[in-house]
Amino acid sequence: MADNVDGDSLYRIKEGDYVVLKRGDIFKAVQIQPKKKVIFEKQWLFLDKAVGQLYSSTFEIVSGGILQPLKPKHTESSSDAKEAGTDNRNIVDDGKSQKLTRDDIETLKEKGMKGQEIIQQLIENSSTFKDKTEYAQDKYIKKKKKKYENTVTILKPSCRILAMMYHGREPGKICHLQYDTLAQMLTLANIHAGSKVLVFETCAGLVLGSVMERMGGYGSVIQMYPGGGPVRAGVESFGFPEHFHDMLHEFPICHVNALLAGTLDTTAKDPSADSKKSDMAAEEEQNQPEAERRGSPEEQSMETNSGADGSHDHEKDEQEKLKEARAQRKKVKQEEKRKKLAAAAALLEGRNADGLVIASRFHPCPVLMGLLKFLSPSRPFVVYSQYKEALIECYTKLKEQGGTVNLRLTDTWLRHYQVLPNRTHPVLLMSGGGGYLLSGTTVAADRSKPAGSQRAEEPAAKRLKLTDTER
Amino acid sequence: MNGVTVLTMSFVEYSDFIQDGDVAVVYLGHESMMPVKVQQGAQTQTRYGAIRHSTDLIGQRYGSKVTCSKGGWVYVLHPTPELWTVTLPHRTQILYTTDIATITMMLELKPGSVVCESGTGSGSLSHAILRTIAPTGHLHTVEFHQQRAEKVAEEFKEHRVDHLVTVRNQDVCKDGFGVTGVADAVFLDIPSPWEAVRHAKAAMKKQGGRVCSFSPCIEQVQRTCEALVDQGFEEISTVEILLRIHDVRTVSLPLPDFGPDSLAQTQPDIAEKTPPIQASVAMKTTILPREMPGHTGYLTFATKPRT
Repeated sequence: MADNVDGDSLYRIKEGDYVVLKRGDIFKAVQIQPKKKVIFEKQWLFLDKAVGQLYSSTFEIVSGGILQPLKPKHTESSSDAKEAGTDNRNIVDDGKSQKLTRDDIETLKEKGMKGQEIIQQLIENSSTFKDKTEYAQDKYIKKKKKKYENTVTILKPSCRILAMMYHGREPGKICHLQYDTLAQMLTLANIHAGSKVLVFETCAGLVLGSVMERMGGYGSVIQMYPGGGPVRAGVESFGFPEHFHDMLHEFPICHVNALLAGTLDTTAKDPSADSKKSDMAAEEEQNQPEAERRGSPEEQSMETNSGADGSHDHEKDEQEKLKEARAQRKKVKQEEKRKKLAAAAALLEGRNADGLVIASRFHPCPVLMGLLKFLSPSRPFVVYSQYKEALIECYTKLKEQGGTVNLRLTDTWLRHYQVLPNRTHPVLLMSGGGGYLLSGTTVAADRSKPAGSQRAEEPAAKRLKLTDTER
Repeated sequence: MNGVTVLTMSFVEYSDFIQDGDVAVVYLGHESMMPVKVQQGAQTQTRYGAIRHSTDLIGQRYGSKVTCSKGGWVYVLHPTPELWTVTLPHRTQILYTTDIATITMMLELKPGSVVCESGTGSGSLSHAILRTIAPTGHLHTVEFHQQRAEKVAEEFKEHRVDHLVTVRNQDVCKDGFGVTGVADAVFLDIPSPWEAVRHAKAAMKKQGGRVCSFSPCIEQVQRTCEALVDQGFEEISTVEILLRIHDVRTVSLPLPDFGPDSLAQTQPDIAEKTPPIQASVAMKTTILPREMPGHTGYLTFATKPRT
């Protein structure tokens, strides 16, 4: 047993772990916290009993919301003495074939009867079950299982699982990015360990986390973010080891122009100097109300002291101490922010990033044009948009500007199949709603020529017959 | 990753400058690229003229424009598995990027993953797997055709990824993958995958993993799903993924002429002020190719539980 424990320690659920709860096709990301009530599929439950169990274990939810490990069973055996009909010509759907009422079933549930047993009761109390064909019986059981089985499986998070979860639960949060589209993005952008990738996304951190998963902690990812701060809730759900966060940087897009122009100042400044300069990058990070309230910490305490009029009230002393402590913490925070900004700026200013991934609610065109500049030549970029028109604009601008090749505007259709003996057929078609992608590769920009003259410099040999094909 | 200052091209690591021995991708134009083995003193012929490796390639930056002897120009790109997929010499039918991307995500591949694959074929998927599992993972790939096995092993070496892969020339249905209990993921692209399911199970870690089988025909899929069920696999799911490429075009739509504006006839001033009727309007749109490449194959995924 000792051997197993060592080998399996990576596979055991620990307190504080980020996991994904699963029942059928329903997923939910949660963190294992002691005595914390979690709601899943209209049920309250506690995850305490999961700690120490193996990932991918299935649990039964018993009274009180406690988890009980489910013994692996072969439920198919319950229907092996199959009495079945041949077709439904004599089955009348009058709603009266089930003898148990809703109240009866509730009573059974309250008595603590397990899901499997309830289903058995339903079968026994159905007047038409034995007349159904085998296939119809299977379908019936499957449907009841979905409704009455009180189980939950606890999974280790992964890009695949989280992408499916977000798409099923909160597609609006991820700009309706379908998981097959996300899969395309990660491959087209050649995300791999050791590279330097730029990500601009407003997909709750799902795209960022997926990129990080594919980089395995090697290399660096710089999240370019709009507004006050980077949104990363989704990244937590991946449950990455601590050291993965060392590779993650962030940079506010409001400083992109300054960085490109070489005017971004990220050096440490004396806080008592004029702090209203817009070049004081670190301070712009602060929220508005904070910025207004803040003066320099030294000035504040100096003012307070000089105004004290000699009467050293004990309360006033306490207040001053608190003020100073707060000011000190703010200073430390500011310095941390400045350092982070400087680190991200250092990674960016070489303009040698290896990949660019964009997936946001912002108009992709200016985002793309602004961030492409940070890429080395011969590197891939991928832009996602719910809307084809926005990407048509990007495509057009890129063609005009030059500096990119292999531009492709695509979307993918994902079709699911039910595969059962004699019952194989397509099920679900996910199309169009998955969004569109524009992908391409950067090449050395021709700075000596003005934009638009690209075609002019093509020698005669290259001028192919361009009827209605854009090159 | 360990403070290496001189980067070398490989299919799993970017470098900036073209070096002797690299495999580069020459971009000739829309949907027209070819791979080139960079060699001191060598020349590559293109429709725009010759590319002299020593002067035009070696020491140049990847992404540079290269002018060929006849005056035409091309770009030289850093190789990636995606570019390789569309330029590699086919020895078998290959998997394309759309399926490869789906497989990569659904098998949960990432740095450090150990993967088993059969058949290797032309190595299209293999290169993509290697890129994703580097630098700490490993690929065990099985190919029953001896020449193909040798050819792909050669390519792995040229592409500087051979340290991440083991090629075995054997029949996976009879002899398995050559390893047991190590794989996080198994991929099957063979005529009778149901015969290899038990070997896939044996190759996988006891704690579990993911499997994928690719088959062009639904009958193969049915037999494979049955085998997966028999072997205790869970979460069995079959999908198909289709790619649509949208061609961006500017189209010119003629405008109808309904005759001169009636107002203009009674008030000549207005007629002078109104602009001349446009003959047509330009519009940017996308069109789909007449025939879309559709079906490549069905992808069946499943999870091996802990055994």
